[in-house]
Amino acid sequence: MKPPPGLKLIDENGRRMDGRRPDELRKITMKAGVLKRADGSCYLEWGNNKVIAGVYGPREVHPRHDQDATQAIVRCRYSMSPFSVDDRKRPGPDRRSQEISKLLGEALSPVVLRQMFPRTAIDVFCEILEAEAGTRCAALTAASVALADAGIPMKGMVASVAAGKIDNTVVLDLRKEEDNFGDTDLPVAIIPKTGEIVLLQMDGHFTDDEFDVAMQYSIDACHQIHGMQKQALREKYLDAAVEKRMSEPAESEVML
Amino acid sequence: MSDDIVSDIKRDYIVNLAKQGQRYDGRAFDEYRPISIETGLISRAEGSARVRIGDTEVVVGVKMAPGEPYPDTPASGVMTTSAELVPIASPDFETGPPRPASIELARVVDRGIRETDTIDLEKLCIKPGEKVWMSFIDIHVVDYDGNLFDAASLGAMAALLSAKVPYARFELGADQPMPINHYPVSTTAIKLGPALVFDPGLMEDKVGRPRLTVAHDEHNAIRAMQKGLIGGFTLEEVKEIIATSKVKAREMREQLVKVTGREADARNTKPGH
Repeated sequence: MKPPPGLKLIDENGRRMDGRRPDELRKITMKAGVLKRADGSCYLEWGNNKVIAGVYGPREVHPRHDQDATQAIVRCRYSMSPFSVDDRKRPGPDRRSQEISKLLGEALSPVVLRQMFPRTAIDVFCEILEAEAGTRCAALTAASVALADAGIPMKGMVASVAAGKIDNTVVLDLRKEEDNFGDTDLPVAIIPKTGEIVLLQMDGHFTDDEFDVAMQYSIDACHQIHGMQKQALREKYLDAAVEKRMSEPAESEVML
Repeated sequence: MSDDIVSDIKRDYIVNLAKQGQRYDGRAFDEYRPISIETGLISRAEGSARVRIGDTEVVVGVKMAPGEPYPDTPASGVMTTSAELVPIASPDFETGPPRPASIELARVVDRGIRETDTIDLEKLCIKPGEKVWMSFIDIHVVDYDGNLFDAASLGAMAALLSAKVPYARFELGADQPMPINHYPVSTTAIKLGPALVFDPGLMEDKVGRPRLTVAHDEHNAIRAMQKGLIGGFTLEEVKEIIATSKVKAREMREQLVKVTGREADARNTKPGH
């Protein structure tokens, strides 16, 4: 789709609508352990995206015939709330969200040490509360934190981001207008620890060279996001430790 | 018996073969099975194609009718793609609502056509804001012997290229050929142990993972990609698949042009957007 007249995606100084450089991320914040009932959870804000991921399991598999006698299955449900977009979205799974759910489950499976929990399911639920381009990447990033928060043994995290092309410039982390009026969208997820690419989709138009640049931007950004994921997990336990110390008198005080 | 379950012996056999540079049907890693494309076999459809890759067979039909445009694109035609994994095609395919596998298939084929501007949707406008052509691409998988993604997207392209917009039937003038801008062709590779094999056969489809589908257009630009199934690729592997895919897509496109007798509409064949 062509941008409406007057809308400039990149200005003469090479800055984007929100002032970002081509390889700059939007603001991302995440917090681990935000839900009480879920075994693990994460709340993530990414630009205007707001996502909650929750993990249940390992637990019994229903329906039973889905179970794998040798390892756990990782199932993901990506779902957008009706109020997350401009025109109300009809609640429930549509084809888009079913495809994304499948891909997210497949992207998370390789990091989970599934052989440790045969015949079980690890269910990952991603609720998109507000959407502003890049929700599948935001959901995947949050889901990975939630899995770690649930104490699921993993060989690494999964970090995800999209790159794309607007006005013939390769850019990182598209915002809504850039997604709608841009030429290309390339959602990527990697396991930062190993460099494996576990999510890769693309539509639009790339030359081989543009693809290389876009992948480099994405991979670098995934490492950055990985740092934030680890920080979110660390903070949860730091907070818990501080709280514990506040509620219990320190040993020295008891002695007095 | 369901052949969804693969014994460890079979699995190891396929992977060990790949480690030795071989495949169970003797093909080279980048070698496709024989591809056959027929068009125009369904006379009631506006466009149709039967594509066989080895023993995998899909029938694709394009149906068109005038309808209301979407409010945000009042002067553009509408296209919809759906795929059905018909129970006749495999003991593993069941009746009932579409499962994620068929949804993914339909959406990957849809993106390969939609996001590449393959159909000139603006030419499918009859009266802006009121009446446009709705095109339905329906993919019917009738025999599943691996690599549905390539068979389905090739079938969709062939059906579209053979399609006539049915102006006459709706008393809107003379029939016209489907307006086509580009010739995207998808190729799929799957990882078997250390090897990357193209056009996975049934056993390779079941054993191999992950999978990468890449679509190139007639200018050798990358137009769509989809990684599926559990597992990861290295960046080098992705680049290797893209490079081979470019060559394979060119060969398949030549066949497509030969069968349908249609080049992309000349004035639209400028690179990219």
